[in-house]
Amino acid sequence: MATTASAERVRRGALTHPDVERLGQVNEDIVKILSRPGKGWWTLFLLSGAGVVLFWGSWIHQLILGIGASGLNIPVGWGVYITSFVFWVGIAHSGTLISAILFLFRAPWRQAVYRAAEAMTVFAVMTAGLFPLIHLGRAWHAYWLFPYPNSRFLWPNFKSPLIWDVFAVTTYFTVSAVFFFLGTVPDIAAARDGTTGLRKKFYSIISLGWRGTDRQWHHFGKAYIFLAALATPLVLSVHSVVSWDFAMAIVPGWHSTIFAPYFVAGAIYSGVAMVITLLVPMRKAWGLEKYLTAKHFDALAKLCLLTGMIVFYSYLVEFFLAWYGADVVERASIYNRMFGTYWWASWIMLTCNGFVPQLLWFKRIRYSIPALWVISIFVNIGMWFERYVIVVTSLHHEYEPFAWGIYRPSHTEMGILIGSFCWFFFWFLLFTRILPPVAISELKEVMPAPLRHRSGEAHS
Amino acid sequence: MNGTTHGFLASFEYLDSTVDTIEGLRKAGFKEIRVYTPYPEHHIEAALGYGQSPVRVFTLVGGLTGTATGFALTSWTSIDWALVVGGKPQVSIPPYIVIAFELTVLFGALATVIGLFINARIPDFKPSMIYDPEFSAGRYGVYVAVPAERADEARRIIEKQEPNEIREGAEADHA
Repeated sequence: MATTASAERVRRGALTHPDVERLGQVNEDIVKILSRPGKGWWTLFLLSGAGVVLFWGSWIHQLILGIGASGLNIPVGWGVYITSFVFWVGIAHSGTLISAILFLFRAPWRQAVYRAAEAMTVFAVMTAGLFPLIHLGRAWHAYWLFPYPNSRFLWPNFKSPLIWDVFAVTTYFTVSAVFFFLGTVPDIAAARDGTTGLRKKFYSIISLGWRGTDRQWHHFGKAYIFLAALATPLVLSVHSVVSWDFAMAIVPGWHSTIFAPYFVAGAIYSGVAMVITLLVPMRKAWGLEKYLTAKHFDALAKLCLLTGMIVFYSYLVEFFLAWYGADVVERASIYNRMFGTYWWASWIMLTCNGFVPQLLWFKRIRYSIPALWVISIFVNIGMWFERYVIVVTSLHHEYEPFAWGIYRPSHTEMGILIGSFCWFFFWFLLFTRILPPVAISELKEVMPAPLRHRSGEAHS
Repeated sequence: MNGTTHGFLASFEYLDSTVDTIEGLRKAGFKEIRVYTPYPEHHIEAALGYGQSPVRVFTLVGGLTGTATGFALTSWTSIDWALVVGGKPQVSIPPYIVIAFELTVLFGALATVIGLFINARIPDFKPSMIYDPEFSAGRYGVYVAVPAERADEARRIIEKQEPNEIREGAEADHA
């Protein structure tokens, strides 16, 4: 049957990856990435490795010297560490959104981006999980948070949001790591079949002997759906619990019922921005244009815009409630946020999260990959400052004027903050060389199946 | 000759040929069929007549165990050392829902993985002869174990669908 040019365009428009011709081509293109890394990768890897040294060095310095090495004091007892904890947990969230929620919604653009997003989730939670330990000061006592039988018959206080957080974050890390690994197993098998030597041996072991038999796929498909169904409410719960760390306290600026949805939206917003930040260089470095098309970035940008508008709306609601409500302290706190000592942090937050992303309303911007990359970095910065504003400005200006105070992060805290980004990128860079960074088998699900009798529909 | 089995491993480029082969073999009464695909393909699952996967039972039991553990742990520890916190009842259900929920997800997810491992028979590190690296790339594979006396019949069914390659072995190993 002859196809006219316009019919061909329609056919291409219906496909997620019109330029990928054969199923086997996906393996060739993706497994190739796992071969010898180039100069650019090594440069980034060594830079982030140096940052990891800075990270651990700063932490060891604080462990030896005590928490006094940080700028934390009364009244601002939560600072850069808690800010970064919330930031990194938030980053993690969009990975689970893309891998689990969009899986349940059957979004056709999810397949190409989800592996990198999910890896980002795992490494972001790994980074986030360190911050409460750093913040503890005496990190060697961290196990006190877990319910274990001890000589004094003491148990943790399960009415405290901080203990909820321990359960939420450990569950989140475990489940997202398992979900990530299981989803990768068929692709590790593909990498095993496409490599030789020592690498092949390594992939043979971690592919768990996956052969893609009907029995394996049958149970795998079901298990995957259930894991996605469990991860979906989990991701919403984790950032809600994180928000309750604040909202359950009576500190003005924290004690608010909109915190849970506001935090969840903010988490996904920052995470989608981080996905864009990571995917743009990946696409360029490995020539993945066939797989990560402009349409994929358009979809990510729309998700970013949607969650960004929820976040912006939440800011406005906070201002409105402070103005409309009768609580003088709350009103003073919000006024102080915008025009007090930390005005600059609040305005960075509003500019980066509220104003700049409005550009995403324009289709031309959504289809321009450099523009998206720049906007995504604005959002990353803005979302870190959002948490800084919430944590610090609320604590520094509580009820009694004599108890107000200023917090200034120390060099140790800045070292740990910068180091945490390097720690995250260190793992992410390793991931891109060890595991297939684009989902091989799932991409094939959205490709048209090869048929001998092309005129007819696929068998059912 | 009694008990000797014959194995055929055919490799296909096209999905419809694969499905037709499976249906043909099943119609002829061959039951020992294993299909390799590079991605989950529901047409093949349908052709093989799969029902519900028992993995769901693992998920349910795991999840409910988690819920029960969450409530039991929080309530029991509160009673074990009776300390009034924040003027709230000794056993306060609302905050304990959070713990119960997290453990539901945790236990449910881990039980799902166990269920998958048991049912899909992974990890499996035994090397298998019945495999082709192409099966994780772009080919569909059909393996069928048949009694030696019916080998020609099976071969005819497979060849009708024009496979790219057909391998024949004297024995069926279990991989």
